[in-house]
Amino acid sequence: MNDILTVMWKERKGLFRYKGSRTRFLPVLLTPVLLAVVMPWQWGAEWVEEIPTVILSALIPMILVGVTIPDSFAGERERHTLETLLASRLSDRAIFFGKVAVSVALGWGVTLVVLLLSLITVNIAHWDGKLLLYPPVIAWGNLALSLLMAVLVAGMGILVSLRAETVQQAAQTLMALFVVPIILMQLAAFVIPMALPSDQIRRLIESIDGTQLMLIVLAVLALLAASIFALAMARFQRSRLALD
Amino acid sequence: MEESAIRIEKLTRDFQADAGPIRAVDKLSLDVPAGIVFGFLGPNGAGKTTTIRLLLGLLEPTSGRAKVLGYDTQSQAAQIRTHTGALLEHSGIYEQLSAEDNLEFYGRVWRLPKTVRQDRIRELLTQMGLWERRHEPAGKWSRGMKQKLALARALLHRPSLVLLDEPTAGLDVAAAVEVREDLAFLAEREGVTIFLTTHNMSEAEKLCHQVAIIRQGKLVAVGHPDELRARSGGPRLEVIGKGFTELALTRLRARPEVVAAEATNGHLAIELRQETTAAPLVSLLVDAGVQVEEIRRGKASLEEVFLTLMEEE
Repeated sequence: MNDILTVMWKERKGLFRYKGSRTRFLPVLLTPVLLAVVMPWQWGAEWVEEIPTVILSALIPMILVGVTIPDSFAGERERHTLETLLASRLSDRAIFFGKVAVSVALGWGVTLVVLLLSLITVNIAHWDGKLLLYPPVIAWGNLALSLLMAVLVAGMGILVSLRAETVQQAAQTLMALFVVPIILMQLAAFVIPMALPSDQIRRLIESIDGTQLMLIVLAVLALLAASIFALAMARFQRSRLALD
Repeated sequence: MEESAIRIEKLTRDFQADAGPIRAVDKLSLDVPAGIVFGFLGPNGAGKTTTIRLLLGLLEPTSGRAKVLGYDTQSQAAQIRTHTGALLEHSGIYEQLSAEDNLEFYGRVWRLPKTVRQDRIRELLTQMGLWERRHEPAGKWSRGMKQKLALARALLHRPSLVLLDEPTAGLDVAAAVEVREDLAFLAEREGVTIFLTTHNMSEAEKLCHQVAIIRQGKLVAVGHPDELRARSGGPRLEVIGKGFTELALTRLRARPEVVAAEATNGHLAIELRQETTAAPLVSLLVDAGVQVEEIRRGKASLEEVFLTLMEEE
């Protein structure tokens, strides 16, 4: 555990300590914080009960982990610091989890801050004498969704970074992978109405229970995240990395 | 600790390449005594870096075995990495971190207690003349300063053995001299075994108690630099002057104590069969019309030994 904390110490310093790092990450960090003010201000009370927070809970960890993981894994090799790290007494697992923990904590942590800030914004901007809170399904769903997304993107980012020669290449490949599910969803939105009559779609939508849907999505995501993360862990081996 | 810091037995490592397998290290056997500076010499691509990676357990050998500080490189690699320090092909310095944070990180990695860590960082950075600039990001430093910092990092946890892969490669003359001086001073003061790869022969000559020469992964020679020089040829006489005519050289070569004599650009190199007085040879040259300005006694340099061995191979 101490070794993981040591790697986390170094990763954290590398991300935030120095001028160049701050300039690089401030816009990435500021965007979600701005979203936490502007969007809930516009949506009003519906913000706490509708879908936008779920989208934010998926998007924020995706962006933040997607930026930090390639820098942490492919960057260590690109900057020629990985071999020295591998020649130290640190275990493969300590290096792996230390790096992942900082990225996931950043992605998940910023999401939680954004959810909290947006709740405060809604309550201040649209105060009607009653405290607005997220319904339990939305609250727990967002917590789980953002964590699972952070872990999933971390796993994907590591797998991509291990094969990429540079941070830029890793980041580009990862972003390309993010676009695939979006295209598939758009394709589905286009194809399904053609395949099914509109009343059937309406009945299908009405029959879906929000909680059940959330649980199904989370279960699928958990399975996917666990598989990809396990694969990334298995691939992160000294002998393989030294050969790279 | 065992008497040998490193013991290598028929170590072989193959790599797969598009053109077929490449043998980087070929049945290498070597014994490095503890407490010395050992130079591992060879041209680029000779297998020096691969050998270091094998010794650190970063690569698995194709066959053969090696023990470092008594630990097997395949089954006890973690123990090896715990008790050794390394400065590899690249300095491995985190450029966005300050010099102090670079050492702080590795001090934590080696689990040095806080006060020990701080004292040791101060001691090493002061010794290397970097203490005043410890808060600067290492990325702003010159290559020589980074290499010094990497050397400090390798010695931070007082390892019994330090593996250095071309520590002065790519440095300008002044920086290389500084790193070499730091290395010699620290090796003596800390009493560590140093395994140093280099293709800089004068560096090996100045620093190393023993050297091994490899070529295409195979061991070509091993021993004290003086032993290798003696193996390569007898004593030498160098004459600086003018008028090294063919007549003078023919007379010189006819002498029984002379093995060979070659003149180039006002410089005459005479290889002798054994140590002998120079006076008769100088008289002979003067009689033959040579204007002698300077005479020096000498032995073959390690560089000449190296080149001879490479040609023989």
